[in-house]
Amino acid sequence: MSKTASLGRSEVQKEIAMNNGVAQSVTRTQPLWLLAEVTYRCPLHCAFCYNPTDYDKHTQNELTTEQWINALREARKLGALQLGISGGEPLLRDDIEEIVVEAKKLGYYSNLITSGVGLTEKRIQAFKEGGLDHIQLSMHDITEEINNFITNTRTFELKKKVAAMIKSHGYPMVLNVVIHRYNIGHVKEILEMAEALGADYVELANTQYYGWSLINRSQLMPTMEQLQAAEKVTNEFREKHGNKMKIFFVVPDYYAERPKKCMNGWGEVFMIVTANGDVLPCHSARVLPNMQFPNVKGDSLSYAWSESDAFNKYRGDAWMKDPCRTCDEKEKDLGGCRCQAFMLTGDAEIADPVCTKSPYRHLIVEAIEEAKNPVIASQPIIFRNDKNSRALMEGEFADRVKPFHALP
Amino acid sequence: MSIQLSQVFAIAPHHRFQWEEAQECFVILFPEGMVKLNQGAGEILSLVNGQHSVQQIIDALKAKFPGADDIDGDILAMLELALSKGWLSEVAQ
Repeated sequence: MSKTASLGRSEVQKEIAMNNGVAQSVTRTQPLWLLAEVTYRCPLHCAFCYNPTDYDKHTQNELTTEQWINALREARKLGALQLGISGGEPLLRDDIEEIVVEAKKLGYYSNLITSGVGLTEKRIQAFKEGGLDHIQLSMHDITEEINNFITNTRTFELKKKVAAMIKSHGYPMVLNVVIHRYNIGHVKEILEMAEALGADYVELANTQYYGWSLINRSQLMPTMEQLQAAEKVTNEFREKHGNKMKIFFVVPDYYAERPKKCMNGWGEVFMIVTANGDVLPCHSARVLPNMQFPNVKGDSLSYAWSESDAFNKYRGDAWMKDPCRTCDEKEKDLGGCRCQAFMLTGDAEIADPVCTKSPYRHLIVEAIEEAKNPVIASQPIIFRNDKNSRALMEGEFADRVKPFHALP
Repeated sequence: MSIQLSQVFAIAPHHRFQWEEAQECFVILFPEGMVKLNQGAGEILSLVNGQHSVQQIIDALKAKFPGADDIDGDILAMLELALSKGWLSEVAQ
């Protein structure tokens, strides 16, 4: 009974087996988080959405209810515990109630990640009765103008109404606010609004540049000064108000010295099943070249996690090149994000260019400078919608895609 | 905050404590997170049910592990940690 105060942490077990003298990583990992991106359809058109810009090709071939329930069962057997039901806007499907009931039966801690559009009294009651554990609501700003501008919809009043509905049903209030140039100056007011709504958790998620946010990068990126001011305001708010409301401030990697440990490591704890059934180690993995991802329509999740080439490709550190391979910090960040490395440099196995040790760090510096250039920054935002998705797939907006090594 | 032996705790609202077969351990689940508990922490929290006082929890664990001496301090430290993490809430008597 000693050491009870030092709690077991969520650690990933890994074992290096010696195979004819060649170190080969054998996975003993288990997926702890399952993210079900049940649809890419969405009534909002957020400029910073991380969904793939070619999502429109996955809106007609979504998994059926039975296929989702089967995926939930298989992932639970593998050890998955936390379930995120996301999208797109998951509420555009009318079977979320059934999925929630099954999640409860299986013992998941389930989370509906929603814009709030489509959440009615009737549906939230069914979710509560079905055993949904919490709802994460996206909020955008305290001003109607910025909310409606950045989402390209009129949803400001609705979001306040939905927040009250979530609270009144006894759910923890979890707000996610994506931070960008247009709202970073309002962080104090956003936190005050969150407190007034009775939020238990607020995530101030600085935009990471994937999907739609990558092609809108110069339009969205705040300056270093704005970021520092926002962080200061957040810390002051914490000091003044205590931690009754937990605030997570997610630092944007472009302004960091070292890359993030993306997804806590490739194939370590996260598994994503997309609207059309692809099984991915991270949201944007499909941008990577020469990769074939498993799909639940033909593959088991057990195969996908343990055996598929895709999940094994960047597990551990055997794939690394210098400077990562010989870096004494490699275990901390595992070389950062493979997708970001490829999109910006054309080499998926090189250090994430965010790292100051990367020979490609200048690409990040240039992107920061470009965002300050008034001519570039004033180019119109390409909002996330079906028409723009099809246009991007057909090669339009070429100048906005050209700097990247695949369609974001 | 110092815990009194007469206090009664429950798992906090919006938190779930359960045994995980695949991980072979107890876990605490909450919005956006989870923690795997080691065996000792799991034993303690499985007795936190909104009815047992801290003293009763200590007595029960002493009865279950007669060989372990002087575990009071460990149990109190674990409960204090769990309380500070927001996993527990006090039940009014």
